[in-house]
Amino acid sequence: MKQTYFHSVTLDKEKCMGCTNCIRRCPTEAIRVRDGKARIIKERCIDCGECIRVCPYHAKQALTDPFSSIEKFKYKIALPAPALYGQFHNVRDINVILNGLKEIGFDDVYEVARAAEIVTIATMDLLMQKKLEMPVISTACPAILRLIRVRFPSLIKNLLPLNAPMDLAAKLARRRAIEKKGIPPEDIGVFFISPCPAKVTTLHEPLGEDTSPVDGVIAISEVYKKLAPILGSLKPKEKLVRAGLKGVNWCHSGGEAKALSKDAYLAVDGIDNVISVLESLEDNQISHVEFVEACACAGGCVGGPLTVENGYAARARIEQISKKLTSYETERELPQIDLEDVLISKPIEYVPILKLDDDRAVAMQKMQEMKAIEERLPKLDCGSCGAPSCKALAEDVVRGFGREIDCIHNLRSKVNELVREISELEM
Amino acid sequence: MAETIKLQFNIDGNNFVDAGAASGKVKKTLTQLGFDPAVIRRAAIAMYEGEINMVIHADGGVADVYIDSDKIRIVLSDKGPGIADVELAMKEGYSTASQEARDLGFGAGMGLPNMKNYTDEMTVNSKVGVGTTVEMIINC
Ligand SMILES: Nc1ncnc2c1ncn2[C@@H]1O[C@H](COP(=O)(O)OP(=O)(O)O)[C@@H](O)[C@H]1O
Ligand code: SF4
Ligand code: SF4
Ligand SMILES: [Mg+2]
Repeated sequence: MKQTYFHSVTLDKEKCMGCTNCIRRCPTEAIRVRDGKARIIKERCIDCGECIRVCPYHAKQALTDPFSSIEKFKYKIALPAPALYGQFHNVRDINVILNGLKEIGFDDVYEVARAAEIVTIATMDLLMQKKLEMPVISTACPAILRLIRVRFPSLIKNLLPLNAPMDLAAKLARRRAIEKKGIPPEDIGVFFISPCPAKVTTLHEPLGEDTSPVDGVIAISEVYKKLAPILGSLKPKEKLVRAGLKGVNWCHSGGEAKALSKDAYLAVDGIDNVISVLESLEDNQISHVEFVEACACAGGCVGGPLTVENGYAARARIEQISKKLTSYETERELPQIDLEDVLISKPIEYVPILKLDDDRAVAMQKMQEMKAIEERLPKLDCGSCGAPSCKALAEDVVRGFGREIDCIHNLRSKVNELVREISELEM
Repeated sequence: MAETIKLQFNIDGNNFVDAGAASGKVKKTLTQLGFDPAVIRRAAIAMYEGEINMVIHADGGVADVYIDSDKIRIVLSDKGPGIADVELAMKEGYSTASQEARDLGFGAGMGLPNMKNYTDEMTVNSKVGVGTTVEMIINC
């Protein structure tokens, strides 16, 4: 299959001032400023959203579907991420939010938190069967999954081979609509209500599956505009809450790991922290954990870039309103779900985008050149050339998308030299 | 035959926190050269253990890495106290790490055995009072 490298995070050229604030924040060195505008190197971007957060001019955006896109389908299903529950300051009951989704145009609601509980049970199963490579690394955060795929290939074997809750929720919701309600499959549209740009990418370029069971991804912030005004006075018509506390807790860092009821887990959040943990795992420095949960966003998905509320405030609110939840419903539904439904169907593969060349000898030659260029650069990592560091510029030069003269310090000395030569000529 | 790529790192003897930095850089280089992930991981583990040993036992040292298209050679040399009985030091679980190092989670006595396991060849040259040189080779 051809790699298309769709990604959700893109640049609004009009708004970009070329300030270079973003280039050093990007964990995969995917951004360059060229001709005064930032550019994202598509194959490197993992859609972590760091650049969206850091851009002072809001020039980085996530491509999501507009709310109106649900109108393309006759039967519209909402899959709310549990992070949605923490966005509204005047709501004390999750059921009000879920009923609100029906009020604004959805025909059915399937909580992603409920699918999360099923993923937890499947994970416990696999751990018990001792079929997994230790320590197991969660695959719930697609930004981390993409990071591992390009930068930590030796850890691919440790990835939990299960669908993320969003995908499982989509499958189960669709199945329920077909089997229980008799809706024709082509009429069904399944929409994830998302805190996360990386989930948009998962929809267009699924990992672990050939096609995504999700039809669209709508930002929490977009749905918020419709929901917030009506929730205050909304009287729920039906009981839609089925997910328990364990599932809802997946919205924050540590929630997935804690739900497994294992002591030996590690939960890490924030992209830089995750990278340092993955480095340590790769070097065999962490031997006392069985499960690693890693979220790209600080605090976990409640800190996702497509949310409205501050992630920590949202988490506190969710903790307050989810206390009474139980998990009986999920347990009742479980016998009808096979492990097969939850397992990914395609292995995750290494994408060697950092490789300098397919031919080892050529790659080595480029590496030597790169080191020589790096020696000639001033090692200031000033970013004025548009690359995140002098090393990165050296790499760009050997890859053919940068020039040594892009370094303004080098340029200045070249100009000074010229000036001197000219003045000598004139004498 | 492409020219050997040489990397050199000074390992600071007082810095537990930074230990692993050289291993990280070696990993990045090997990744850019397109080495197999399993090979990269072996080099990373061997390098990290060697780095840590120089930090906790020898007050730092120098790590030289030589990369050829079919072979990675890591040479760790220090001017530390040296190892009196290399054979004993190579035993799993043997450690003379200080309480301070143990409190930081080091001193499991698995470093040298792991370095041997993860590489194809390893030689230790050590002289008490002079220093230690560990050479490791990974064929690929
Ligand atoms: N570079 C070194 N200099 C001096 N002694 C060393 C060095 N490397 C290892 N040793 C000795 O060998 C022992 C075993 O090393 P190792 O297997 O790495 O275990 P650990 O580092 O956990 O003690 C150490 O406790 C130390 O006595
Ligand atoms: S989304 Fe993340 S990986 Fe992609 S360009 Fe922005 S900072 Fe880099
Ligand atoms: S932590 Fe959650 S919101 Fe953030 S990138 Fe990962 S899955 Fe998306
Ligand atoms: Mg050791």
